[in-house]
Amino acid sequence: MIAAHLLTKDYGDKRAVDGLTFEVQPGIVTGFLGPNGSGKSTTMRLVLGLDRPTAGEVTVNGKPYAEHDAPLREVGALLEARSVHTGRSARNHLRALAQTHGIARARVQELIDLVGLHDVAGKRAGKFSLGMGQRLGIATALLGDPATVMLDEPVNGLDPEGIQWIRALLRGLAAEGRTVFVSSHLMSEMSMTADHLIVIGRGRLIADTSVRAFVAAASKDLVRVRTPDASALLEAIARLDGSVRVEPDGTFEVAGVGAEEIGRAAAAQGIVLFELTPHEASLEEAFMEITRGELEYSHEEVVA
Amino acid sequence: MTAIPVLAAPARGVTQARVVRSEWTKFWTVRSTRWSLLVATVLTIGFPILASVIISSHWGSQSPHDRATFNPLDPALIGSQIAQLAIGVLGVLVVSGEYSTGMIRATLTAVPKRLPVLWAKAGVFGAVTFALMLPSVLIAFFASQSILSRHDASYSWHHAGVARAVIGAVLYLVVVAVLTVGIGAVFRSTAGGIATFAAIFFVLPPIMNVLPSSWNSAISPYLPSEAGRAVIQLTHDSGTLAPWTGFGLFALYAAIALAAGAVVLKVRDA
Repeated sequence: MIAAHLLTKDYGDKRAVDGLTFEVQPGIVTGFLGPNGSGKSTTMRLVLGLDRPTAGEVTVNGKPYAEHDAPLREVGALLEARSVHTGRSARNHLRALAQTHGIARARVQELIDLVGLHDVAGKRAGKFSLGMGQRLGIATALLGDPATVMLDEPVNGLDPEGIQWIRALLRGLAAEGRTVFVSSHLMSEMSMTADHLIVIGRGRLIADTSVRAFVAAASKDLVRVRTPDASALLEAIARLDGSVRVEPDGTFEVAGVGAEEIGRAAAAQGIVLFELTPHEASLEEAFMEITRGELEYSHEEVVA
Repeated sequence: MTAIPVLAAPARGVTQARVVRSEWTKFWTVRSTRWSLLVATVLTIGFPILASVIISSHWGSQSPHDRATFNPLDPALIGSQIAQLAIGVLGVLVVSGEYSTGMIRATLTAVPKRLPVLWAKAGVFGAVTFALMLPSVLIAFFASQSILSRHDASYSWHHAGVARAVIGAVLYLVVVAVLTVGIGAVFRSTAGGIATFAAIFFVLPPIMNVLPSSWNSAISPYLPSEAGRAVIQLTHDSGTLAPWTGFGLFALYAAIALAAGAVVLKVRDA
């Protein structure tokens, strides 16, 4: 379990992480969501003690990470930035890290096989593609059989097959009772894997909730309607006090009126409908809705 | 296969000995190590043999004065003095290479207490330098002296001060190794570390020569490289420190560099 309490980190006069308090529970996949530059990677570095918090604290299984006797047994981490000597082979990289914890050489080979690097394990890591580098990073994370697995943007650079593999791996790790904490700036990725979400923007906590509740909170009652009889339908919706936005392709996005009412009104006046679809916000849209204004660079700022 | 294989034997705690084993593996599994050590060895042995052959072949044309002032240890230890360049660069790289590649993040995630990593790096590199340079310098000494012996211009191992100077040349390189690991940890960048090493060892001493001579003679003996060289020199005058005094001061500089590196490693964000 990871527990952050009022965690804060400044770099110079820029506040990267701002008073974050959250807990990451075992047995489920917790998504760590936020736009690029929102402080996800910094938070993970603070968990590992690579950076020192300006204020607040973060513990892993009850203690600061550095105070554990066998840290790699507590947390296995994949950071976004490359953390491998480019001149060393994947096998020797894993061996050297394993030796700090007295982990047997057989374990290294096991993990090389698990992540599918057996053909290239003797090659220098500097020659690896992005995807191979990610696989090596994941092998590194799993080296100590950790109770908590923390991965920063793990699907970056992976091919579709690799992405499927990561999703299954994350679910498998959670099913084994481990704490799984995985960051992404892609909502679609989170919707495939996460059970719970911690959402941040500009270093601040925006939401700490289940995926389902997150989507529900952001969903507005929108109904998509297509009709060949536009003016009649517009009048009908106006009588029901609904508002309509007409999309470029002629589809109506109706707000303030339910699908049932629109259907009845159309039937009563003989208006033909080609489509009548109640709309639930996707995780992507929910995220955009909830983090609006929290984005590091909104469009206005870019223009200005 | 989604579940990760369970560890047969669970990971054990991090100890200084395990960190040393890890650093030993890291040390030997990058190319820069083998190249630098090969260069250091070739220079240490090759230069003395080359120099002795040249001196020997021109012995007949030397003036009596030159013959009288000739110090047979000079060619014997010239190689080890040049080899300090390769040792020093490697010492910086042992640390700075981790920062330039990002490896440091993996290293400090495995050893979050941090300092054992620095002690292990200095210990491994110091020990390797000793183990490799001791035979190299001995070979250089005996090979060069046997070449020079035909002109009766060589020292035996038992000549006063010779054993101390030869072993001192090895110990000097060990201190260079530890000192440059410290410099690497302070600067964390290859360029900054190597520039500082070069400034201390190769720029500072000649600068002293343009200072007023009273300043020069007051400061020079206490410069790291000059203090360290005291143990390698056979004869000592008022301008040099006594052999082991100088070496002790040199070792103190290395300890200070390593301590400064330890503070930086412990305090700064990785």
